[in-house]
Amino acid sequence: MSSSAKSAIRPLSPHLQVYRLPLTAILSITHRITGIGLSAGLLLLAWWLAAAAYGPDAYAAYAKVAGSWLGYLVWFGFSLALYFHLCNGIRHLFWDMGKGFEIAQAQRSDKLVIIAAIVLTVLTWLAAM
Amino acid sequence: MANTIKSLRSPLGRARGLGSAKEGAHHWWAQRLTAIALIPLTIWFAYSLASLAGGSYADFTAWLSAPINATLMILVVSVAFHHAQLGMQVVFEDYVSSHALRTGTIIAVKFACAAFAALSIVSILVVAFGR
Ligand code: HEM
Repeated sequence: MSSSAKSAIRPLSPHLQVYRLPLTAILSITHRITGIGLSAGLLLLAWWLAAAAYGPDAYAAYAKVAGSWLGYLVWFGFSLALYFHLCNGIRHLFWDMGKGFEIAQAQRSDKLVIIAAIVLTVLTWLAAM
Repeated sequence: MANTIKSLRSPLGRARGLGSAKEGAHHWWAQRLTAIALIPLTIWFAYSLASLAGGSYADFTAWLSAPINATLMILVVSVAFHHAQLGMQVVFEDYVSSHALRTGTIIAVKFACAAFAALSIVSILVVAFGR
């Protein structure tokens, strides 16, 4: 009864505890996680700008945090999240145009997104040094 | 058997958007439009961030008071907060099932994004025009 060809090829939702997510799925949830993280990062940007507006004392409080290794780590992480989200976002825009939906194409663009995000992050910090 | 699935696009995905769209299409379009605008803006921002992150008050305010930098920075914060607010709405719609809680958190996020965007823009202008 349930063995008709039609029902056999229906995609099922993955059972998250037993199913190893394919890279495409990991990148999909990473897009969402980076989007949330970047939104939180915008609050740090607001702090930075407001500190500059309030004057040297307020700025010193910001710079004390931002100039520490932890501060650099957070901004470096922000830039990596940004480039990942940006590259994967561009992929989303291609998908929106109906391009790149075949599984083989998606697997290739998975790798392209990861490599491009890392390369752009490193290039940005090298160029700024 | 698994090979019989050729595309990641679901039948639902193919059907969506063919019927009445109401205001969902506007949200979708605004998310995309802000995404496109953010591509050049955030590349410029990432480079500026890497250059200035640990810098001094004098360096940062001198940089920010150049009209081109103030202008681009205002664009970055206004477009990014708008895009963030649209995106976070979708996240809450997906995960918060209680209607009241969902609506409440979405309103709170939208108000917070508007407030922090305003603070950021005013701060940029204060630095640009001097106190
Ligand atoms: C500071 C900058 C940014 C923030 C705070 C941000 C935040 C977000 C958030 C919270 C979401 C919702 C995630 C979800 O529904 O799973 C999102 C979605 C999206 N973002 Fe961004 N984003 C930023 C920059 C960018 C850039 C530069 C692009 C470039 C293409 C982009 C493209 C997209 C796209 C296409 C979506 C929709 C994804 C979907 O429909 O599932 N974003 N963003």
